[in-house]
Amino acid sequence: MNDESNGRTSSSRMRAAAPVATGNGAVLVTGICGRLGKRLARVLHRSRPVVGIDRRSFPDKPKDIVHAQVDIRRKKLKDVFRAGDIEAVVHLGVMHDPRASAAEHHSWNVAGFTKLLEYVAQFRVPKLVVLSSANVYGPHASNPQFLTEDAPLLGGQNFSDIRDLIEVDILAQSFFWKLPETETVILRPVHILGTVHNAPSNFLRLNPVLTVMGFDPMAQVVHQADVVGAIELALRPGIRGIFNVAGPEPVPLSRIIKILKRQRVSIPYSLARVVLGRMWSLRLSTFPVPELDHIRFVCMVDDKRARQVLGFTPARSLEETVLAVDEGRW
Amino acid sequence: MSTRRRRATGSLHDASRALARIDAAARGAPALLSRLLGGAEAAIDESLERLLGESFERRLSRVPLALGPAGVDPFGFDPHWTKYVVLSVATLHRKYFRTEVHGIENLPNGRVLLIANHSGQVPIDGLLIAAAMFMDAEPPRFVRAMVEKWAVSLPFVSLFFTRVGQVVGVPENATRLLTQGEPLLVFPEGARGIAKTFDNRYKLTDFGLGFMRLAIETDTPIVPVAVVGGEEQYISVANVDALAKLLRMPAFPVIPQLLIPGGQLPLPTKYRMYFGEPMRFTGDPDDDDAVIEEKVWLVRQTIQSMLNRGLRERKHIFW
Repeated sequence: MNDESNGRTSSSRMRAAAPVATGNGAVLVTGICGRLGKRLARVLHRSRPVVGIDRRSFPDKPKDIVHAQVDIRRKKLKDVFRAGDIEAVVHLGVMHDPRASAAEHHSWNVAGFTKLLEYVAQFRVPKLVVLSSANVYGPHASNPQFLTEDAPLLGGQNFSDIRDLIEVDILAQSFFWKLPETETVILRPVHILGTVHNAPSNFLRLNPVLTVMGFDPMAQVVHQADVVGAIELALRPGIRGIFNVAGPEPVPLSRIIKILKRQRVSIPYSLARVVLGRMWSLRLSTFPVPELDHIRFVCMVDDKRARQVLGFTPARSLEETVLAVDEGRW
Repeated sequence: MSTRRRRATGSLHDASRALARIDAAARGAPALLSRLLGGAEAAIDESLERLLGESFERRLSRVPLALGPAGVDPFGFDPHWTKYVVLSVATLHRKYFRTEVHGIENLPNGRVLLIANHSGQVPIDGLLIAAAMFMDAEPPRFVRAMVEKWAVSLPFVSLFFTRVGQVVGVPENATRLLTQGEPLLVFPEGARGIAKTFDNRYKLTDFGLGFMRLAIETDTPIVPVAVVGGEEQYISVANVDALAKLLRMPAFPVIPQLLIPGGQLPLPTKYRMYFGEPMRFTGDPDDDDAVIEEKVWLVRQTIQSMLNRGLRERKHIFW
């Protein structure tokens, strides 16, 4: 209570000496136990203190990482902020599990993130990095070939399940004017490939890979390690704003499948929709039907801003990026 | 009993021999098929070489393209896909319509907006301008054009359009293509122009203003193009607006020749194509319509006078 009233007074006071991001204070990483979170933690903890938040356990955690096994919707999250001098928050803990209930999804993504933002404001954390996704733009037949950061977020138009992911992005955007002294960075990477368990990586692990007959859209992919690199760059002091993050040059989807040397099965869209719908309802597939649009239409981004302002260049070649989906499988 | 068995084993032998023969034939089939396909490929190469005056690959190597390491440009354009399209369009260009091309040496290098009159019910004029740009211009160029959004949602159609270099018709794509240094073909008359009835032939309809804003914004020279010969390929006597509305088509032309056997093909008129001097415009791309209209009017008048001159010089529709 006391803390809360303190927080309120501090937020209402003119912030004369707002803390500045120095680039070596403690970083709070939400969703640290995910595959991307673990990778990021291993990179960050070499140069600065890392505090992790995840309700999952972190069995092989490096010794110097502090891990708080809490749900981000709980009050306990505040203790984490209170305990350490948090200089930056990296929000990776976005839930995108198409099987989870809509209520759980919404409460985790939106209510949880609102809580996190509240503490960022209250404890005057000078840096906030949110990992959104290029999926917020959504694949559409009428998309320009390269979407810039100010393109409308239409991802929920045909796929309502990802509306809360768009809401997270927009909530983070509201921070630009609500709390201008916090350097807020929103990263919108294209399909992340690697050992991560996201839809594009899982899709490319299928054998044979399913494609929609008569469609072969251009696609952009990015290696998980390059995304970690982009987050590191975003943590540098002075960086703020929205950045599309893309990997090597775009190629047709068929080329990506060829690199993996996988069989490819093309089926007509109408059939694919019915079959996938049945499989989804029988829990035989992890792909909801609207995700078929990703293998029909383009959803590519213009990453000029990330290259110029963030100084980001992908270090992994297309082959390395694509073949990374098979790493760590046994 | 024994004879029956012998007969049975005999038929079994026959059957297995027949199966073996089918098997051998089936195994030979891919080889035969590939030989046939190879033969067809060689024939295509040969006729292309005859039409182009050099091999397709040689001509292709001189086209300035922004290809990535995967052999496609950022829009998914793969020049090797165009080979078969080039063959059929080149045949139309050289043999069927026997196009005469004038002033193509006016074409500047780098980005350029080709603004042309639209005619003929079916957009053959677009194909022939593309053919002229690849076959008659030096260095040869691949023209890019914009396609309707709904076309991109159709299977195969979207794939085909993408691979031969057509892009979705949104302003962002046009700007990016031009900054990439591509020639972009625009018909500012749109559907109004292509569906003209015969009594309105070679009378330009209203021009859209988008191309001028685009040219000013990206500082791109405009090359006016006049195409003579398209209006007589399908003679439309009227447009049935009510039917067009009902069928949700841009226009419903009445073309009597379609009822005559063989009249479904366009009439083999002689096409004449005039490329004008590049025009440059400056100013504010977001200016009022009235200001932009004045500049558009200049382009429209240039094309109209090129058309009129072309019509005056023309001695006959078919040769």
